[in-house]
Amino acid sequence: MNDPLWLMLLKSVVVFGLTMTLVPALVLAERRVSAWMQYRVGPNRVGPFGALQPLADLVKMLFKEEVRPGGVPGFLFTAAPAIAATCSLVMMAVVPLGGTLEIGERRIRLVAADVDLGVLVVLAASSIGVYGITLGGWASNSKYSLLGGLRSSAQMISYELTLALALLGVLLLGADGTGLGSFSLSDMVARQAESGVWNVFRAPLAFLLFTTAAFAETNRLPFDLPEAEPELVGGYHTEYSAMRFGLFFLGEYAAMVAGSAVIVCLFLGGWHLPYVTPSEVVGVGGAALQAAVFLAKLLAFLFFFIHVRWTLPRFRYDQLMRLGWTVLLPLALANLLVTGGLVAAGIL
Amino acid sequence: MIDERVAFVAFAVVALTGAVNVVVRRNPVHGALWLASAFLGIAGLFLTLGAGLLAAIQVIVYAGAIMVLFLFVILLLNLEAPPFEGISIARGASLLAGAATVALLVHPLVVARELQLPAQPPVPDVPATAGNVAAELFTRFALPFEIVSLLLLVAMVGAIHVARRPRPGESA
Amino acid sequence: MVPQAWYLLLSALLFGLGIAGFAARRNSLVMFMSVELMLNAANLAFVACAREHEPARGSVAALFVIAVAAAEVAVGLALVLALFRLKRTVNADEARELRA
Repeated sequence: MNDPLWLMLLKSVVVFGLTMTLVPALVLAERRVSAWMQYRVGPNRVGPFGALQPLADLVKMLFKEEVRPGGVPGFLFTAAPAIAATCSLVMMAVVPLGGTLEIGERRIRLVAADVDLGVLVVLAASSIGVYGITLGGWASNSKYSLLGGLRSSAQMISYELTLALALLGVLLLGADGTGLGSFSLSDMVARQAESGVWNVFRAPLAFLLFTTAAFAETNRLPFDLPEAEPELVGGYHTEYSAMRFGLFFLGEYAAMVAGSAVIVCLFLGGWHLPYVTPSEVVGVGGAALQAAVFLAKLLAFLFFFIHVRWTLPRFRYDQLMRLGWTVLLPLALANLLVTGGLVAAGIL
Repeated sequence: MIDERVAFVAFAVVALTGAVNVVVRRNPVHGALWLASAFLGIAGLFLTLGAGLLAAIQVIVYAGAIMVLFLFVILLLNLEAPPFEGISIARGASLLAGAATVALLVHPLVVARELQLPAQPPVPDVPATAGNVAAELFTRFALPFEIVSLLLLVAMVGAIHVARRPRPGESA
Repeated sequence: MVPQAWYLLLSALLFGLGIAGFAARRNSLVMFMSVELMLNAANLAFVACAREHEPARGSVAALFVIAVAAAEVAVGLALVLALFRLKRTVNADEARELRA
């Protein structure tokens, strides 16, 4: 937090730009990857390999007619997708794209917001993101939307518990020599870089639980019952059209990007690759390499997100809730207990 | 950098408008949303006081879980916003009670000159970071911590039991 | 530095608003929300007063308040739900008889 104002703004613009570039790329990637998995082609008319398809989709959404159902509270109807999109973008602010850049005498940490409470910001943003869904469902003045919104938000708050407990399980591994841990994601990556072992090998169960909970938090298959077409029409975004729907869409994909980024930093070593990006303090070339490694891992994990969507069947709602409360939550607690014991015994 | 007083005033305005709207709004859904925004303002105030962990917990627990629970119940009950009936004597008396409470609480601030001095910088060796809060919480306050855990368990069981629908064959 | 008195004044205002809301409104959910407002005012006072001497203690106290408030909200809302099922109203004035 000692950066001058212009540097803060620059970092914010970079992170924002990165996310906003990844989201349309992700939309296209989803359609192409799903097509490839289903032995068909996917969009390839608009631009080379369909690269301009997201642009076409954006133009379509901008120019579509905004249908607003009657009896709808205007401000909340518009604010709901904005809340969802904003919270997803906030999560990206605490993700480290690289280590510490050293230019001359100035040391710049390659995080947009290098706060001490890194992961807590992610949890807080996802907690506030629930409002976007709930209000979207309620403000649509329609039974199906309300039910879909309530189902979706109940799912999200249920899996937030598993998310937080699995997170605690891996934060225990972030203690440095003095035994003091840190919430900051850049510190977690730095510790993984120091020890050379990624956390996924030291806390595999936490990785599994966190990833599952992240899937549920972003309402992605196999947990996307509230917005599946055969159920409840479209769930909370049934009544939304054009750009407001576009914002919900953006929020969902930005949440995917943010969730993947957090998982990559917590478990998969962030910008660290053994023998390629060993140290934390680097010059400009090293920083570019770190960012490239991070991006590669991010894209790989996003591919995994998409792959899972088109592979696994969808959970029914009661199965979903039962899984979250009776299976994942006790597992996360047990993981916390065991990890705490192992760390205290000095084994991990 | 932005002056601390500006940050205080901004967050205080958010908290106060939220609080006023909770009391004033007829529609309970709007009231709940304004209360959530007031909680976010109070979280900002915690940040200006240097209590970062508390600010995060305020957002995650209060604004992000408790208020969502409130919202669930309000939405599920599908209440209507009653029309404004006017200021009755009872309402006037309650406003007076609120004002009297504020006067009572503010009175020592006005009378005792020492509370009006500019604040000293906080104690540097024990700032309210997560590590220090945890150190206090798990050593000196370990017993209250365990009791509060038990309290939460009791509250959970109680809430589930009270809110349960009677199964067919059972009486309410 | 922002003087402690400012925070205490704000806390007093929030507390007074909570009291006014609790006494003036008859919707039990809004009354509940006023109680939460009062609890938050108390939290603010805790942290503001603790800042000069032992900041961590203020956070610990506020944490306990938040935990207890969470428990209270859970039970209170369950009660409101049960009352609604019985009386089809959340108005506190309508639930004044012991008979169902």
